[in-house]
Amino acid sequence: MESVLSTTRKLAPLASGDVQKIATREAYGQALLELGEERDDVVVLDADLSGSTKTKGFSKAFPERFFNIGVAEANMIGTAAGLAAMGKTVFASSFAMFAAGKAWEQTRQSVCVPELSVKICATHAGLTVGEDGKSHQMLEDITLMRVLPHMRVIVPADAVEARLAVRAAAETEGPMYVRLSRASTPVILSEEYEFQLGRGTLLREGGDVAIAACGVEVAEALGAAEILAGQGIEARVLNLATIDPIDTELVVQAANDCGAILTVEEHQIRGGLGDAVAQTVVRHAPVPMELLGMDDAFGQSAPASELIPHYGLDSASIAARAQELMRRKG
Amino acid sequence: MALTNAQIDQIRGTAHEVREDVLRMVHAAKCGHPGGPLGMADFMTTLFLAHMRLSKDNLHAPERDRFILGNGHTCAGYYALLAQKGLVARDELMRFRKMGSPLQGHPHRNAEIGIDFSTGSLGNSLSVAVGMALAARLNGWDTRVFSASSDGESQEGQIWEAATSAAHYGVGNLTVIVDFNNIQIDGVMREVMDVRDLREKYTAFGWHAVDVDGHDVVAVDQALCDARDVLDRPSAIIAHTTIGKGVSFMENQAGWHGVAPNDEQFENAMAELAAAKP
Repeated sequence: MESVLSTTRKLAPLASGDVQKIATREAYGQALLELGEERDDVVVLDADLSGSTKTKGFSKAFPERFFNIGVAEANMIGTAAGLAAMGKTVFASSFAMFAAGKAWEQTRQSVCVPELSVKICATHAGLTVGEDGKSHQMLEDITLMRVLPHMRVIVPADAVEARLAVRAAAETEGPMYVRLSRASTPVILSEEYEFQLGRGTLLREGGDVAIAACGVEVAEALGAAEILAGQGIEARVLNLATIDPIDTELVVQAANDCGAILTVEEHQIRGGLGDAVAQTVVRHAPVPMELLGMDDAFGQSAPASELIPHYGLDSASIAARAQELMRRKG
Repeated sequence: MALTNAQIDQIRGTAHEVREDVLRMVHAAKCGHPGGPLGMADFMTTLFLAHMRLSKDNLHAPERDRFILGNGHTCAGYYALLAQKGLVARDELMRFRKMGSPLQGHPHRNAEIGIDFSTGSLGNSLSVAVGMALAARLNGWDTRVFSASSDGESQEGQIWEAATSAAHYGVGNLTVIVDFNNIQIDGVMREVMDVRDLREKYTAFGWHAVDVDGHDVVAVDQALCDARDVLDRPSAIIAHTTIGKGVSFMENQAGWHGVAPNDEQFENAMAELAAAKP
């Protein structure tokens, strides 16, 4: 079909060949090693989870610039703020539940108020943490972080984007939250992909309905578009990796061109990606929307591969909901 | 090196002026926290005049000393000391807590006037001070990081997380002065929630810790000198003070934690201070 986007918004280059599966936290660990080599102002903090968050590689390569704060996330964020106030670029990691949940107030007061370069890279976010269950499935972190002034929020779609997002975090002044996953997920983007903070990416053209997703749900959204194509429906797929600031232009174009937007995230729909898109749509181009994610509920223990379809976040469920949404178009 | 008599006189004189400014500022703002800064004036002035390397000349030097006010509500005294250092205009003190002033109701980081960090939420600052001390050490600077805290703030759990990590990483360049006045908003600290012996607690956490009379500038100076010389662990100076010190009707009164004097109270307080001028 004819492209309706401005010439600057080309389709992002997708990976080809056999699908590789790599967790975004692995890419984070890789990016930290690169940054440690390139810049001596980069300091990394962890809260007794360095093996899981993948900061351990940095701790071995640059032990003098790594501080394990122990099981004390609030103290970790405060310490990160102090280091940043002295000019360091600080990466602080734990599971999303504790980095964003337990240390929220410290993040507000000691990082966002003084606008410091603390990069909270939180792993094990969302439903896909799986069997650990409710206490560890962080489903509210996007909400908690995007509400904070000065905080930018990135949810990379795959390992390629995660590595680039972490590098962008290091190159950008100020607070940042990067949401990473435990599970190995498909590598969608090719190595030629260029990440731009604040810019979403167009992954598939289409004018019948738009599906906007972030994180591990981007691959599911692409699968849904494939299913819909089999039924003669052309779905546009957007990867909105930067949730704050949201890419208003890309969202408004999707609303104008497609007339309906479906959002998908492994997160509460209240305050999450769907909410960010809805706020943009309501203000600039009102169209019918559906928000897929957790709707005022906690998860449960099960393998990630079972949780995603159980909560209606797999390709088939997304495709079905997209068709329902299309019936609401004017 | 011990303070000379002239230095002692200067510190006492400046502490007196700080107390006057605290009352003027809170009275002009018609709100704020007079009790704490009146109690802290002697040790804060000793710190800022005799130890803290902060001046107009080194304001932007990255390796200069840092200060972070954990009990941020006591900032009127801190701002008055920044004015004594020539970093804040005296006129600005009277705009404390007013629209557009850099002298916010609780400190907000401002590199131009030497406010090193934003505070106000109790419990958060000691962690930040540990981070500053680690950064200075990484850079090979001889920066000293000073933090003020309080007995009430010691009820926050994060203080003890920070105390644990400060000792673990042996940040000898960090000194915290704890304003121990046994008063908190809801009343007498020992009745609201007794934090018990903070010197023993900090010692148990692996710190060099001492008790001092927070109004004895010679003793405070000696404690700060001793802290400087302890290189392998952080130092805590538990400064025992009287909240509202210098204004008899404010002394030991929880009610003067966060209330501004009215015109009559202000005149009486200033007259009492003037009569006791060193």
